[in-house]
Amino acid sequence: MSPLLRLLVRRLGISLIVLIGVSILIFCIARVIPGDPARIALGPNATVEQIATLRAALHLDESIIAQYGYFIADLGRGDLGMSLYTNRPVTLDIAEFLPATLELVFFAGVLMVVIGLPIGILSARYRGRWPDHIIRILSLVSVSAPSFVWAVILMLLFAFYLPIFPIAGRIKDIYEIDRVTGFLLIDTLIAGNGAAFWDALRHIILPAIALALSGIGQAARLTRANMVETYAKPYIEMAQAYGFFPSRIARVYAFKPSLIPSLTIIGLDFAAMLGNAFLVEAVFAWPGLSRYGVAVILRKDLNAIMGTVLIIALTFVVVNIIVDLLIAILDPRIRLSQRVGA
Amino acid sequence: MSRILDIVDLKLGFKGYAGLTEVLHGMSLHINAGERVALVGESGSGKSVTARIILGLLQETRTARIAGKVSFDGHDISTMSGSQRAALRGTEMSMIFQDPTSALNPVFTIGRQFTEVLRRRVPGMSNETATAKAAQLLADVSIPDPSRVLQSYAFQLSGGMNQRVMIAMALSNRPKLLLADEPGTALDVTVQAQTLTLMRDLVTDHGTSVLLISHNLGVVREFADRIYVVYRGRIVESGPTKSIFGKPGHAYTRALLSAVPRITGAGLPEVPEISDDFLAPMVTHEAVS
Amino acid sequence: MIRSLRILAANPMSLFGLILVVIIVLAAVLAPWITPYPTHNGAVVDFAFANDAPSARNWMGTDLVGRDILSRIIYAYQISLVLGIVVLSISVPLGAVVGLFAGYAGGWVESVLMRLTDVFLSVPPLVLAIAMMGVLEPTLINAMLAVTVMWWPWYARLVYNIARSEREEGYVLAAEVIGASTTHIAFREILPNCLPAIITKMTLDMGFVIIIASSLSFLGLGVQPPTPDLGSMVAEGARYLPDSWWLSVFPGLAILLAVFGFNLLGDGLREILGVDE
Repeated sequence: MSPLLRLLVRRLGISLIVLIGVSILIFCIARVIPGDPARIALGPNATVEQIATLRAALHLDESIIAQYGYFIADLGRGDLGMSLYTNRPVTLDIAEFLPATLELVFFAGVLMVVIGLPIGILSARYRGRWPDHIIRILSLVSVSAPSFVWAVILMLLFAFYLPIFPIAGRIKDIYEIDRVTGFLLIDTLIAGNGAAFWDALRHIILPAIALALSGIGQAARLTRANMVETYAKPYIEMAQAYGFFPSRIARVYAFKPSLIPSLTIIGLDFAAMLGNAFLVEAVFAWPGLSRYGVAVILRKDLNAIMGTVLIIALTFVVVNIIVDLLIAILDPRIRLSQRVGA
Repeated sequence: MSRILDIVDLKLGFKGYAGLTEVLHGMSLHINAGERVALVGESGSGKSVTARIILGLLQETRTARIAGKVSFDGHDISTMSGSQRAALRGTEMSMIFQDPTSALNPVFTIGRQFTEVLRRRVPGMSNETATAKAAQLLADVSIPDPSRVLQSYAFQLSGGMNQRVMIAMALSNRPKLLLADEPGTALDVTVQAQTLTLMRDLVTDHGTSVLLISHNLGVVREFADRIYVVYRGRIVESGPTKSIFGKPGHAYTRALLSAVPRITGAGLPEVPEISDDFLAPMVTHEAVS
Repeated sequence: MIRSLRILAANPMSLFGLILVVIIVLAAVLAPWITPYPTHNGAVVDFAFANDAPSARNWMGTDLVGRDILSRIIYAYQISLVLGIVVLSISVPLGAVVGLFAGYAGGWVESVLMRLTDVFLSVPPLVLAIAMMGVLEPTLINAMLAVTVMWWPWYARLVYNIARSEREEGYVLAAEVIGASTTHIAFREILPNCLPAIITKMTLDMGFVIIIASSLSFLGLGVQPPTPDLGSMVAEGARYLPDSWWLSVFPGLAILLAVFGFNLLGDGLREILGVDE
């Protein structure tokens, strides 16, 4: 089996264990809380019979192991239970809201890489001089506030004071777009509606920037740090001794070895955006899974909470696997293991 | 005989918080075409920075203050611009480094780096031509299966193999001057000896002049025609190899030669005590110039 | 110590960070004496001055029930710092011990402990905190608990990495040869080498705890009113943008300032203590 495939299989195995662990953790915490989940969910006006019925439906009177058993059995059938908030299957809720969050997070992820990495390279190339100082300070500022603070500031500046971007939502109501992928940026193009595409783009930019800002700062700082370390390496001096152009050395020969150690952390930052999406979606009223998640959490909607957490953990796991694969592809030291010649 | 390298009164200082730290105090040396000259001294004596000044690398450092005249092949490079100096690197002069495996970029294949080096001379060279030429050059340094090596990464090859690759790369563009910074120090003694023989044969074939920087007296004796002994940023003795080893004039040189060499490490003997005699003026052996 | 301070001072940004942190800590400690309206951290109302823009009377304006925002920010700093200290006081020793034993003992201890750590590290930090607060009552204590639970694995991993590489070092082998106990080697030999990294991370983490805690309360999952908290202040004010901008902007900037200070200080410490990134 090629080393790449072996890596993939091992990663999948660990991820499975991790997912199980996470589900157990949340499951236990949810049921170990003081207070009756059924009563909290139904509210103060519920009758005793209603509460008893709900408790039976949720198997709350049985042992926790049995409850977990029911949960796994249902999961196997693709059933995450009913949401008390929307009164329909949790799976349906996830299917409706997940694409909005994924679109936002992917867009932000692209911004993070496309803006953060080149800024980091620039910073490293001119290290010690004023572009470097400015970039370093700005990067530090960007990681020093939670995403909701950036969201509020961006909204004030660019949606209210300078009304360039819209304030909330994903797209104007007047546009009726058929749902193909759930990603508006794609669906509008599929429908051939250019105006709708631009509208969707205008709606996604501010939330995506708010979400990506601290990731951009992180990526820039990380890239700079790794590249400064790389610049001290003998093989860069050799490239300089051969007269390779400094810009080429920066973009190619110093960047690639620096990128590899950064990738793990960039993957973590990307995944952290899944968490920060909760904050940004709240400020911009973005109809995504995170906003749904907050709503069901406040209502103690156990099934919905479990479903949401699991999906987010699953996304995180998938992102990690992709990052690991990317690292293996980019770093020949991991990909290959035999010696050649003598 | 024409001089490929002529350094007159080279001074180097580094500007720091506490003022100017002087590293080189007026070094003068020259290399004739086809000669192999060694710069010998302890670490910190200033030999490595001299090489980097010749290459034009040190001039990029903002804290460096350089004075003196450096001529390469008849041109005054101390007054050249950065890009003019860069144009000479990799084409007219090249360098090989102490540890060959770490001097090669770990995430690019040997072939990728070699072809880029070849393109320094012929910027538009196609991949096929460059790869073929690289393979030929690797064969010239007795590397078996060159195409496989070109597709490999430095970490997959042994230190000795990487050393040959570096030598092949350094000489591929037929430079007039080769700077060798402690070559083979990171290798086994036997491998080191092999690669030095290889180097000597190649530079003789190509007529390349060599500046060998070393603290290994054994290597210097085998390889160099003339020697400059450096102590704390000054040349204290110079002359043909035989003269220096046979009749060392300066106190420092005598101390170096008579000290017990270390078995481990790079072989530079530890000078047991520092004496004021080391600051005595330079001794020059009459020699073929 | 003096030398470290001098290096810190030589780097202007680190010095600025130190000054910021000192100011904030002092403000938090001296809160009852320096706030202009010391009673406004509680359920006080003063509708005559409700929702006022920043003025000479209230430098940062007032909130919807008339409380002075500057005073509430200073009290909120108090709460944030206490939260940070409590969380770190528990999670750092806990994580360090786990990491030490996993890193040094090796074998199945290592596997079990590290798998456990991986489970916690595998979920994005905020998500785990949100999930936990979601199923717990939103109080300060529970918020501290939730954040502590999700924090210790980072220290476990940090210390584990160091312990694992130090395991082969000469001084450890020497101690083993002498016959020192595992506990002694772990705590007296290896742990001191982990301290620079731990201290640096703790400083940076103060800022990060403030971010996580304010994010939780922004969502309504953390500290509840009338206790002043920077996150919930921003949340309350968000509905009134752009007219009553001061409701959200000042608390938001207060978060930025505090975290920025800790980050600058942490970066400076990293340089002084020579920690890898």
